[in-house]
Amino acid sequence: MARITKEERKNGIISAALKLFSEKGFYITTIPDIAEKVGMSVGNFYNYFTSKDVLAKELVMYISEYLGKSIREINEKEISTDKKIYEIVSMYFDMANEKPEMIEYFLRVYLSNREVFGDGCEGMLCVSPFVTEMMLFFNDGVECGELHDQDFFSAFGLFMGYLGGMVFLFGEKILPEPLEWYKESISQNIYNALKTR
Amino acid sequence: MHSKQDKPHLLWFQGVTCNGNTHSFLNLTNLEHLLNKFEILHHPALASLKSFDTITQCQENCDIFIFEGTYDPLLKRNDIEVSKIVQHYAKSAKYIIGLGSCASFGGMFKASAPQRNSGLIFNEDVKEGPLEKYSNKVINISGCPIHPEWLEYVLLMIASHKEILVDELHRPRELYSNLAHHGCTRNEYFEWKVDADNFGEKEGCLYYTQGCRAPMTHASCNKILWNEVSSKTRVGTPCFGCTEPDFPRKNLFSTKTNMSIPVDVPLGVSKRSYLTLAGIAKTFHIKRLEGKLIDYKTTN
Repeated sequence: MARITKEERKNGIISAALKLFSEKGFYITTIPDIAEKVGMSVGNFYNYFTSKDVLAKELVMYISEYLGKSIREINEKEISTDKKIYEIVSMYFDMANEKPEMIEYFLRVYLSNREVFGDGCEGMLCVSPFVTEMMLFFNDGVECGELHDQDFFSAFGLFMGYLGGMVFLFGEKILPEPLEWYKESISQNIYNALKTR
Repeated sequence: MHSKQDKPHLLWFQGVTCNGNTHSFLNLTNLEHLLNKFEILHHPALASLKSFDTITQCQENCDIFIFEGTYDPLLKRNDIEVSKIVQHYAKSAKYIIGLGSCASFGGMFKASAPQRNSGLIFNEDVKEGPLEKYSNKVINISGCPIHPEWLEYVLLMIASHKEILVDELHRPRELYSNLAHHGCTRNEYFEWKVDADNFGEKEGCLYYTQGCRAPMTHASCNKILWNEVSSKTRVGTPCFGCTEPDFPRKNLFSTKTNMSIPVDVPLGVSKRSYLTLAGIAKTFHIKRLEGKLIDYKTTN
């Protein structure tokens, strides 16, 4: 049997921690809980992350890099802006379906426990890859004349707030239909709100 | 020491111009010292060997032909077509100097007849000017106006028989390889992404909202200072990018953005890299850079 590399072991911790934090909450989850879930000793855990706060910040960066990489792939496609919007919405909802712990962590832990992320994860520090790609998406949309020029955060809030809200409703089991069902209409709504007038 | 016979003959001739480069040149500290190295065949504002009449009759030849202003093929001076005069002197000259952005690329006065006016060898950045066939002896000194020391550098290099290396727009690389951003006293504000609140203030970077083109403009303005003491950005005015072929742009005092994101980012930097760095830098608040420097106390 192949030996598990340190990187794979680290990813295992990230995956287990994401699940536990998003299911049980950040404060209730302990390092022994995480260590137990990945099948390692608490002592060994500290070889990978020096504290729960450090792990919490690394998780945000991990999600941000995952989102950034996915949006970058969409940004680099030679497709119209409305199609890019659909692909971003689709990617985000698929992620909420397939890796709900990632979005849950972002919404329920990162955005709700600012005291944990105030030092060393403030502003753009931990979310730069994701926000940068959204900036480029908006920039390209205006440059090609398909989106109207406005303040970045007004547009960003409309786009990501909408998606976050839908995933929250989905997580609360309030949505009558699966997320997939909403992709088309939500993409259209976002495009209609942002398109050139 | 040069004898009168050895001195290169210099002719300064004007197309469509505001005389800005002539005026700027007169501010050169070492003007007399420089002029002693040349025979001034004709200059619009200096004592000259030949009259304007004689020059326009195309009865002379020169070693250095300086052309100031935009080239307009229909323009006449002294009732003689400038196109004829320019071709005559360009043919015999060893060096042709396109002086200022108008002579280099069309510049400000291209706007009066954009379809026909141009620089000597460039129409903006397209090589299709009337002296294209003499390209190998053309040196463009762009700027609106030129810094007098830029012309001094070129003339001294010529007088010393030294080679002047030029960039793809025929500008001397020694003067135009760096950016107007280099040497800007506001660089710390640029690094930490702190905007200037108003024009004329010492604090803040002018790039984010006030239209500063210094990070995208090849010029020595913050290295070879104006009047030996200052520059646009040092007194709180944005760089207008006046040494580049796309000058004059519109809305010189505002930064063009797409959804708050600068359309143009520093030269040679990808927008993705710039936005990543800018976003992170903006996260931090440097108290010293947020108010008037003179009011900042280090002992709070």
